Amino acid sequence: MSVRQSLLAILDQGPCYGYQLRAEFDRRTGGTWPLNVGQIYQTLERLERDGLVAKGESDREGRAYYEITDAGHEAVSSWLSSPVERQAAARDELAIKLAVAATLPGVELADVIQVQRRATLALLRDLTRTKDAIDEPTSPEDLAYLLLVDAQIFQADGELRWLDHAEGRLARAVAAGVAGPLPLNTEVPKRGRPAKAVQP
Amino acid sequence: MTTPLLRLDGVAMQYGKGEASVTALSGIDLEVNVGELVAVMGASGSGKSTLLTIAGGLTTPTAGEVVVGGTYLSTLPAKGIAQLRRRTLGFVFQDFNLVPSLTALENVTLPLELDGWRGVKARSAGHDALRAVELDERADAYPDDLSGGQQQRVAIARAVVGPRRLILADEPTGALDSTTGELVMRMLRRRIDAGAGGILVTHDPRHAAWADRIVFLRDGRITDGTRRETPEQLLVGGGRHV
Repeated sequence: MSVRQSLLAILDQGPCYGYQLRAEFDRRTGGTWPLNVGQIYQTLERLERDGLVAKGESDREGRAYYEITDAGHEAVSSWLSSPVERQAAARDELAIKLAVAATLPGVELADVIQVQRRATLALLRDLTRTKDAIDEPTSPEDLAYLLLVDAQIFQADGELRWLDHAEGRLARAVAAGVAGPLPLNTEVPKRGRPAKAVQP
Repeated sequence: MTTPLLRLDGVAMQYGKGEASVTALSGIDLEVNVGELVAVMGASGSGKSTLLTIAGGLTTPTAGEVVVGGTYLSTLPAKGIAQLRRRTLGFVFQDFNLVPSLTALENVTLPLELDGWRGVKARSAGHDALRAVELDERADAYPDDLSGGQQQRVAIARAVVGPRRLILADEPTGALDSTTGELVMRMLRRRIDAGAGGILVTHDPRHAAWADRIVFLRDGRITDGTRRETPEQLLVGGGRHV
Protein backbone atom coordinates (compact mmCIF):
# COMPACT_ATOMS: atom_id res chain seq x y z
CA MET A 1 0.00 0.00 0.00
CA SER A 2 1.50 3.28 -1.09
CA VAL A 3 0.56 5.30 2.04
CA ARG A 4 2.42 2.88 4.30
CA GLN A 5 5.40 2.82 1.94
CA SER A 6 5.34 6.58 1.47
CA LEU A 7 5.37 7.24 5.21
CA LEU A 8 8.24 4.81 5.60
CA ALA A 9 10.13 6.53 2.77
CA ILE A 10 9.66 9.91 4.47
CA LEU A 11 10.97 8.45 7.74
CA ASP A 12 14.05 7.37 5.78
CA GLN A 13 14.98 11.07 5.73
CA GLY A 14 14.93 11.26 9.53
CA PRO A 15 12.81 10.56 12.62
CA CYS A 16 9.34 12.13 12.77
CA TYR A 17 6.41 12.20 15.17
CA GLY A 18 2.85 11.54 14.00
CA TYR A 19 1.57 15.04 13.22
CA GLN A 20 4.88 15.93 11.60
CA LEU A 21 4.69 12.86 9.39
CA ARG A 22 1.19 13.78 8.29
CA ALA A 23 2.35 17.31 7.39
CA GLU A 24 5.31 15.92 5.43
CA PHE A 25 3.02 13.56 3.50
CA ASP A 26 0.66 16.48 2.68
CA ARG A 27 3.55 18.59 1.41
CA ARG A 28 4.49 15.86 -1.01
CA THR A 29 1.01 15.11 -2.27
CA GLY A 30 -0.54 18.58 -2.30
CA GLY A 31 -3.15 17.44 0.21
CA THR A 32 -4.70 15.26 -2.47
CA TRP A 33 -4.97 12.30 -0.13
CA PRO A 34 -5.58 13.74 3.32
CA LEU A 35 -4.74 11.32 6.12
CA ASN A 36 -6.05 11.61 9.64
CA VAL A 37 -3.69 11.30 12.55
CA GLY A 38 -5.39 8.07 13.62
CA GLN A 39 -4.39 6.49 10.29
CA ILE A 40 -0.85 7.74 10.75
CA TYR A 41 -0.44 6.27 14.22
CA GLN A 42 -2.12 3.02 13.19
CA THR A 43 0.33 2.73 10.30
CA LEU A 44 3.27 3.56 12.57
CA GLU A 45 2.19 0.84 15.02
CA ARG A 46 2.07 -1.70 12.21
CA LEU A 47 5.43 -0.60 10.88
CA GLU A 48 6.81 -0.99 14.40
CA ARG A 49 5.22 -4.42 14.75
CA ASP A 50 6.88 -5.43 11.47
CA GLY A 51 10.26 -4.20 12.67
CA LEU A 52 10.52 -1.45 10.05
CA VAL A 53 10.47 1.47 12.48
CA ALA A 54 11.35 1.84 16.15
CA LYS A 55 9.58 4.12 18.59
CA GLY A 56 12.08 6.37 20.32
CA GLU A 57 11.87 8.43 23.46
CA SER A 58 9.27 11.17 23.77
CA ASP A 59 10.46 14.76 23.90
CA ARG A 60 9.49 17.32 26.54
CA GLU A 61 6.21 18.05 24.74
CA GLY A 62 5.39 14.35 24.86
CA ARG A 63 5.92 13.79 21.13
CA ALA A 64 7.08 10.28 20.34
CA TYR A 65 9.56 10.14 17.46
CA TYR A 66 9.67 7.13 15.17
CA GLU A 67 12.93 6.14 13.55
CA ILE A 68 13.43 3.85 10.57
CA THR A 69 15.31 0.57 11.14
CA ASP A 70 17.77 -1.12 8.78
CA ALA A 71 14.97 -3.45 7.68
CA GLY A 72 12.81 -0.40 7.06
CA HIS A 73 15.53 1.21 4.98
CA GLU A 74 15.75 -1.96 2.90
CA ALA A 75 11.97 -2.00 2.50
CA VAL A 76 12.10 1.56 1.10
CA SER A 77 14.81 0.62 -1.41
CA SER A 78 12.83 -2.42 -2.46
CA TRP A 79 9.64 -0.32 -2.90
CA LEU A 80 11.42 2.23 -5.07
CA SER A 81 13.00 -0.39 -7.29
CA SER A 82 9.86 -2.46 -7.90
CA PRO A 83 6.79 -1.64 -9.99
CA VAL A 84 3.49 -0.85 -8.33
CA GLU A 85 1.20 -3.83 -8.73
CA ARG A 86 -2.17 -3.01 -10.14
CA GLN A 87 -5.10 -4.80 -8.54
CA ALA A 88 -6.27 -7.56 -10.83
CA ALA A 89 -9.79 -7.05 -12.20
CA ALA A 90 -10.38 -3.93 -10.17
CA ARG A 91 -14.02 -2.95 -10.51
CA ASP A 92 -14.44 -0.10 -12.89
CA GLU A 93 -17.79 1.53 -12.25
CA LEU A 94 -17.96 3.16 -15.67
CA ALA A 95 -17.04 0.00 -17.58
CA ILE A 96 -19.72 -1.96 -15.71
CA LYS A 97 -22.26 0.80 -16.35
CA LEU A 98 -21.60 0.76 -20.11
CA ALA A 99 -21.60 -3.03 -20.26
CA VAL A 100 -24.96 -3.27 -18.50
CA ALA A 101 -26.42 -0.31 -20.42
CA ALA A 102 -25.50 -2.06 -23.67
CA THR A 103 -27.87 -4.91 -22.78
CA LEU A 104 -30.89 -2.80 -21.75
CA PRO A 105 -33.87 -2.04 -23.99
CA GLY A 106 -34.61 1.60 -24.79
CA VAL A 107 -31.17 2.89 -23.85
CA GLU A 108 -29.17 4.98 -26.31
CA LEU A 109 -25.68 3.86 -25.44
CA ALA A 110 -24.21 6.70 -27.52
CA ASP A 111 -25.98 9.17 -25.19
CA VAL A 112 -24.63 7.42 -22.10
CA ILE A 113 -21.15 7.68 -23.62
CA GLN A 114 -21.61 11.35 -24.49
CA VAL A 115 -22.79 12.29 -20.99
CA GLN A 116 -19.67 10.70 -19.57
CA ARG A 117 -17.45 12.28 -22.22
CA ARG A 118 -18.73 15.74 -21.40
CA ALA A 119 -18.18 15.25 -17.67
CA THR A 120 -14.70 13.81 -18.11
CA LEU A 121 -13.72 16.59 -20.52
CA ALA A 122 -14.90 19.19 -17.99
CA LEU A 123 -12.74 17.49 -15.38
CA LEU A 124 -9.81 17.39 -17.78
CA ARG A 125 -10.22 21.09 -18.44
CA ASP A 126 -10.25 21.90 -14.73
CA LEU A 127 -7.13 19.82 -14.20
CA THR A 128 -5.45 21.61 -17.11
CA ARG A 129 -6.25 25.00 -15.57
CA THR A 130 -4.85 23.81 -12.27
CA LYS A 131 -1.65 22.83 -14.00
CA ASP A 132 -1.51 26.03 -16.02
CA ALA A 133 -1.81 28.12 -12.85
CA ILE A 134 1.49 26.70 -11.61
CA ASP A 135 3.23 27.00 -14.98
CA GLU A 136 6.78 25.90 -14.23
CA PRO A 137 7.50 24.31 -10.84
CA THR A 138 9.65 26.43 -8.54
CA SER A 139 9.97 23.98 -5.66
CA PRO A 140 10.00 20.23 -4.98
CA GLU A 141 6.45 20.62 -3.61
CA ASP A 142 5.29 22.14 -6.93
CA LEU A 143 6.95 19.35 -8.85
CA ALA A 144 5.34 16.65 -6.70
CA TYR A 145 1.95 18.31 -7.08
CA LEU A 146 2.29 18.66 -10.86
CA LEU A 147 3.18 14.99 -11.13
CA LEU A 148 -0.06 14.14 -9.34
CA VAL A 149 -2.10 16.48 -11.55
CA ASP A 150 -0.45 14.99 -14.65
CA ALA A 151 -1.41 11.50 -13.45
CA GLN A 152 -5.05 12.54 -13.19
CA ILE A 153 -4.89 14.28 -16.57
CA PHE A 154 -3.60 11.14 -18.25
CA GLN A 155 -6.22 9.02 -16.49
CA ALA A 156 -8.98 11.30 -17.78
CA ASP A 157 -7.35 11.30 -21.22
CA GLY A 158 -7.26 7.50 -21.21
CA GLU A 159 -10.92 7.34 -20.26
CA LEU A 160 -11.86 9.70 -23.10
CA ARG A 161 -9.92 7.63 -25.62
CA TRP A 162 -11.61 4.51 -24.35
CA LEU A 163 -15.02 6.23 -24.73
CA ASP A 164 -14.14 7.07 -28.35
CA HIS A 165 -13.19 3.46 -28.89
CA ALA A 166 -16.41 2.25 -27.21
CA GLU A 167 -18.41 4.52 -29.49
CA GLY A 168 -16.70 3.05 -32.55
CA ARG A 169 -17.28 -0.47 -31.30
CA LEU A 170 -20.93 0.33 -30.70
CA ALA A 171 -21.34 1.74 -34.22
CA ARG A 172 -19.84 -1.41 -35.73
CA ALA A 173 -22.04 -3.64 -33.56
CA VAL A 174 -25.15 -1.69 -34.57
CA ALA A 175 -24.17 -1.99 -38.24
CA ALA A 176 -23.64 -5.71 -37.82
CA GLY A 177 -27.02 -6.05 -36.11
CA VAL A 178 -25.62 -7.52 -32.92
CA ALA A 179 -26.36 -4.58 -30.62
CA GLY A 180 -29.64 -4.69 -28.75
CA PRO A 181 -31.31 -5.64 -25.51
CA LEU A 182 -30.42 -8.86 -23.76
CA PRO A 183 -33.73 -10.35 -22.57
CA LEU A 184 -33.95 -11.90 -19.12
CA ASN A 185 -33.06 -15.56 -19.16
CA THR A 186 -36.09 -17.76 -18.56
CA GLU A 187 -33.94 -20.54 -17.15
CA VAL A 188 -33.61 -20.28 -13.39
CA PRO A 189 -29.93 -19.91 -12.56
CA LYS A 190 -28.40 -22.57 -10.33
CA ARG A 191 -27.47 -21.58 -6.83
CA GLY A 192 -23.92 -21.08 -5.81
CA ARG A 193 -20.98 -19.51 -7.54
CA PRO A 194 -20.80 -19.26 -11.32
CA ALA A 195 -18.83 -22.15 -12.80
CA LYS A 196 -16.09 -19.96 -14.13
CA ALA A 197 -15.13 -16.43 -13.24
CA VAL A 198 -14.02 -14.14 -16.03
CA GLN A 199 -10.31 -13.58 -15.83
CA PRO A 200 -8.84 -10.22 -16.79
CA MET B 1 -21.99 43.29 -25.91
CA THR B 2 -18.88 43.35 -28.07
CA THR B 3 -18.80 42.03 -31.61
CA PRO B 4 -17.59 38.42 -31.72
CA LEU B 5 -14.30 37.83 -33.52
CA LEU B 6 -16.02 35.14 -35.54
CA ARG B 7 -19.59 34.03 -36.07
CA LEU B 8 -20.87 31.15 -38.14
CA ASP B 9 -24.58 31.35 -38.86
CA GLY B 10 -26.29 28.25 -40.22
CA VAL B 11 -23.20 27.28 -42.19
CA ALA B 12 -23.52 24.27 -44.48
CA MET B 13 -21.17 22.70 -46.96
CA GLN B 14 -22.21 20.28 -49.62
CA TYR B 15 -20.01 18.69 -52.25
CA GLY B 16 -21.55 17.56 -55.54
CA LYS B 17 -25.17 17.74 -56.56
CA GLY B 18 -28.28 15.59 -56.51
CA GLU B 19 -28.08 12.04 -55.24
CA ALA B 20 -24.30 11.98 -55.45
CA SER B 21 -23.95 14.98 -53.13
CA VAL B 22 -22.12 14.69 -49.84
CA THR B 23 -22.99 16.92 -46.90
CA ALA B 24 -19.79 17.85 -45.08
CA LEU B 25 -21.36 20.40 -42.71
CA SER B 26 -24.89 21.30 -41.87
CA GLY B 27 -26.55 23.97 -39.68
CA ILE B 28 -23.37 25.11 -37.94
CA ASP B 29 -23.82 28.00 -35.51
CA LEU B 30 -20.69 28.99 -33.67
CA GLU B 31 -19.31 32.13 -32.06
CA VAL B 32 -15.80 32.96 -30.92
CA ASN B 33 -15.31 35.97 -28.66
CA VAL B 34 -12.22 37.84 -27.55
CA GLY B 35 -10.32 35.83 -24.96
CA GLU B 36 -12.02 32.63 -25.97
CA LEU B 37 -10.62 29.41 -27.38
CA VAL B 38 -13.16 26.98 -28.77
CA ALA B 39 -12.07 23.40 -29.37
CA VAL B 40 -13.75 21.37 -32.09
CA MET B 41 -13.60 17.62 -31.64
CA GLY B 42 -14.98 14.75 -33.64
CA ALA B 43 -14.00 11.59 -35.45
CA SER B 44 -12.11 11.66 -38.74
CA GLY B 45 -14.40 12.85 -41.50
CA SER B 46 -16.79 14.59 -39.12
CA GLY B 47 -16.15 17.94 -40.83
CA LYS B 48 -13.67 19.54 -38.40
CA SER B 49 -11.14 20.73 -40.95
CA THR B 50 -13.83 21.86 -43.40
CA LEU B 51 -15.28 24.00 -40.63
CA LEU B 52 -11.89 25.61 -40.09
CA THR B 53 -11.27 26.40 -43.76
CA ILE B 54 -14.73 27.96 -44.00
CA ALA B 55 -14.14 30.02 -40.85
CA GLY B 56 -10.90 31.25 -42.38
CA GLY B 57 -12.48 32.22 -45.70
CA LEU B 58 -10.50 29.61 -47.64
CA THR B 59 -13.67 27.77 -48.62
CA THR B 60 -17.03 29.36 -49.39
CA PRO B 61 -19.92 27.56 -47.69
CA THR B 62 -22.89 26.44 -49.78
CA ALA B 63 -25.25 28.00 -47.22
CA GLY B 64 -25.07 30.26 -44.18
CA GLU B 65 -22.92 33.22 -43.26
CA VAL B 66 -19.39 33.64 -41.98
CA VAL B 67 -18.94 36.90 -40.09
CA VAL B 68 -15.38 37.90 -39.19
CA GLY B 69 -15.17 40.84 -36.80
CA GLY B 70 -18.56 42.10 -37.98
CA THR B 71 -17.83 41.74 -41.72
CA TYR B 72 -19.95 39.29 -43.72
CA LEU B 73 -17.55 37.39 -45.97
CA SER B 74 -20.37 36.88 -48.49
CA THR B 75 -20.33 40.64 -49.16
CA LEU B 76 -16.64 40.70 -50.09
CA PRO B 77 -14.98 39.94 -53.42
CA ALA B 78 -12.19 37.35 -53.39
CA LYS B 79 -9.57 40.08 -53.10
CA GLY B 80 -11.38 41.55 -50.10
CA ILE B 81 -11.52 38.17 -48.39
CA ALA B 82 -7.79 37.69 -48.95
CA GLN B 83 -7.10 41.11 -47.44
CA LEU B 84 -9.34 40.40 -44.46
CA ARG B 85 -7.51 37.10 -43.94
CA ARG B 86 -4.14 38.83 -43.94
CA ARG B 87 -5.26 41.45 -41.45
CA THR B 88 -7.53 39.53 -39.17
CA LEU B 89 -6.70 35.88 -38.84
CA GLY B 90 -3.88 33.41 -38.86
CA PHE B 91 -3.74 29.67 -39.40
CA VAL B 92 -1.61 27.28 -37.37
CA PHE B 93 -1.17 23.87 -38.97
CA GLN B 94 0.17 20.57 -37.76
CA ASP B 95 3.20 20.80 -40.05
CA PHE B 96 4.01 24.44 -39.11
CA ASN B 97 3.99 25.71 -42.74
CA LEU B 98 6.91 28.08 -42.34
CA VAL B 99 8.80 29.26 -45.41
CA PRO B 100 12.22 27.52 -45.12
CA SER B 101 14.17 30.27 -46.89
CA LEU B 102 12.93 32.97 -44.51
CA THR B 103 14.08 33.57 -40.93
CA ALA B 104 11.70 33.22 -38.00
CA LEU B 105 11.16 36.99 -38.00
CA GLU B 106 10.61 37.13 -41.77
CA ASN B 107 8.08 34.32 -41.53
CA VAL B 108 6.20 36.20 -38.83
CA THR B 109 6.18 39.52 -40.70
CA LEU B 110 5.28 37.99 -44.07
CA PRO B 111 1.51 38.61 -43.79
CA LEU B 112 2.17 42.23 -42.77
CA GLU B 113 4.53 42.85 -45.67
CA LEU B 114 2.06 41.29 -48.08
CA ASP B 115 -0.40 43.79 -46.69
CA GLY B 116 1.94 46.68 -47.49
CA TRP B 117 3.50 47.33 -44.09
CA ARG B 118 6.85 49.02 -44.26
CA GLY B 119 10.02 47.23 -43.10
CA VAL B 120 10.68 48.88 -39.75
CA LYS B 121 7.07 48.84 -38.61
CA ALA B 122 6.60 45.22 -39.70
CA ARG B 123 9.83 44.11 -38.02
CA SER B 124 8.86 45.83 -34.79
CA ALA B 125 5.47 44.06 -34.78
CA GLY B 126 7.24 40.79 -35.64
CA HIS B 127 9.60 41.13 -32.68
CA ASP B 128 6.63 41.85 -30.41
CA ALA B 129 4.88 38.68 -31.61
CA LEU B 130 8.03 36.58 -31.19
CA ARG B 131 8.61 38.02 -27.73
CA ALA B 132 5.09 36.96 -26.78
CA VAL B 133 5.96 33.33 -27.55
CA GLU B 134 9.35 33.72 -25.81
CA LEU B 135 11.31 33.23 -29.00
CA ASP B 136 12.60 36.68 -29.91
CA GLU B 137 16.19 35.58 -29.30
CA ARG B 138 15.81 33.19 -32.25
CA ALA B 139 14.40 35.86 -34.59
CA ASP B 140 17.24 35.41 -37.10
CA ALA B 141 17.18 31.60 -37.10
CA TYR B 142 15.86 29.68 -40.10
CA PRO B 143 13.13 27.06 -39.57
CA ASP B 144 15.60 24.22 -40.10
CA ASP B 145 17.61 25.43 -37.11
CA LEU B 146 14.57 25.45 -34.83
CA SER B 147 13.01 22.51 -32.98
CA GLY B 148 9.46 21.43 -33.85
CA GLY B 149 8.08 23.18 -30.79
CA GLN B 150 9.95 26.38 -31.64
CA GLN B 151 8.70 26.30 -35.23
CA GLN B 152 5.14 25.96 -34.01
CA ARG B 153 5.65 28.93 -31.66
CA VAL B 154 6.84 30.95 -34.67
CA ALA B 155 3.64 29.88 -36.45
CA ILE B 156 1.59 31.10 -33.47
CA ALA B 157 3.48 34.40 -33.52
CA ARG B 158 2.70 34.73 -37.24
CA ALA B 159 -0.97 33.98 -36.54
CA VAL B 160 -1.26 36.91 -34.12
CA VAL B 161 1.24 39.38 -35.58
CA GLY B 162 0.15 43.01 -35.92
CA PRO B 163 -3.60 43.44 -35.83
CA ARG B 164 -4.44 39.74 -36.25
CA ARG B 165 -6.60 38.43 -33.43
CA LEU B 166 -8.24 35.26 -34.69
CA ILE B 167 -6.25 32.04 -34.55
CA LEU B 168 -7.45 29.01 -36.47
CA ALA B 169 -5.43 26.00 -35.43
CA ASP B 170 -5.66 22.56 -37.03
CA GLU B 171 -4.04 19.89 -34.84
CA PRO B 172 -1.20 22.27 -33.94
CA THR B 173 0.45 19.77 -31.61
CA GLY B 174 0.02 16.72 -33.84
CA ALA B 175 3.68 16.55 -34.82
CA LEU B 176 5.09 17.30 -31.36
CA ASP B 177 5.95 15.13 -28.37
CA SER B 178 3.75 15.35 -25.29
CA THR B 179 5.79 17.88 -23.28
CA THR B 180 6.50 20.14 -26.25
CA GLY B 181 2.85 19.94 -27.27
CA GLU B 182 1.89 21.15 -23.83
CA LEU B 183 4.29 24.09 -24.08
CA VAL B 184 2.79 25.07 -27.44
CA MET B 185 -0.73 24.84 -26.01
CA ARG B 186 0.35 27.04 -23.10
CA MET B 187 1.68 29.67 -25.54
CA LEU B 188 -1.51 29.49 -27.59
CA ARG B 189 -3.55 29.93 -24.42
CA ARG B 190 -1.46 32.97 -23.40
CA ARG B 191 -2.07 34.62 -26.78
CA ILE B 192 -5.80 34.03 -26.44
CA ASP B 193 -5.83 35.43 -22.90
CA ALA B 194 -3.93 38.49 -24.12
CA GLY B 195 -6.87 39.49 -26.32
CA ALA B 196 -7.07 37.07 -29.23
CA GLY B 197 -9.63 34.34 -29.91
CA GLY B 198 -9.49 31.07 -31.73
CA ILE B 199 -10.71 27.74 -32.89
CA LEU B 200 -8.67 24.65 -32.13
CA VAL B 201 -9.43 21.55 -34.15
CA THR B 202 -8.09 18.50 -32.39
CA HIS B 203 -8.78 14.87 -31.67
CA ASP B 204 -6.63 15.01 -28.54
CA PRO B 205 -8.66 15.52 -25.35
CA ARG B 206 -5.63 16.80 -23.42
CA HIS B 207 -5.24 19.65 -25.87
CA ALA B 208 -8.96 20.35 -26.16
CA ALA B 209 -8.84 20.77 -22.39
CA TRP B 210 -7.00 24.09 -22.85
CA ALA B 211 -10.12 25.54 -24.49
CA ASP B 212 -12.93 27.46 -22.84
CA ARG B 213 -15.56 25.52 -24.72
CA ILE B 214 -15.53 22.24 -26.58
CA VAL B 215 -17.97 21.42 -29.36
CA PHE B 216 -18.39 17.99 -30.88
CA LEU B 217 -18.98 17.40 -34.56
CA ARG B 218 -20.62 14.26 -35.79
CA ASP B 219 -21.47 13.76 -39.46
CA GLY B 220 -21.14 17.48 -40.10
CA ARG B 221 -23.37 18.64 -37.26
CA ILE B 222 -22.59 20.05 -33.85
CA THR B 223 -24.01 17.44 -31.53
CA ASP B 224 -22.99 18.77 -28.20
CA GLY B 225 -20.85 21.28 -26.43
CA THR B 226 -19.43 22.08 -23.03
CA ARG B 227 -20.31 25.41 -21.49
CA ARG B 228 -17.85 28.01 -20.45
CA GLU B 229 -17.73 27.74 -16.71
CA THR B 230 -15.61 28.50 -13.71
CA PRO B 231 -13.84 25.52 -12.23
CA GLU B 232 -15.09 24.90 -8.71
CA GLN B 233 -12.94 22.09 -7.59
CA LEU B 234 -9.66 21.31 -9.13
CA LEU B 235 -8.43 17.93 -8.06
CA VAL B 236 -10.48 14.83 -7.60
CA GLY B 237 -10.84 14.05 -3.93
CA GLY B 238 -9.70 17.43 -2.66
CA GLY B 239 -6.27 18.88 -2.92
CA ARG B 240 -4.83 22.31 -2.69
CA HIS B 241 -6.41 25.22 -4.42
CA VAL B 242 -4.18 27.22 -6.68
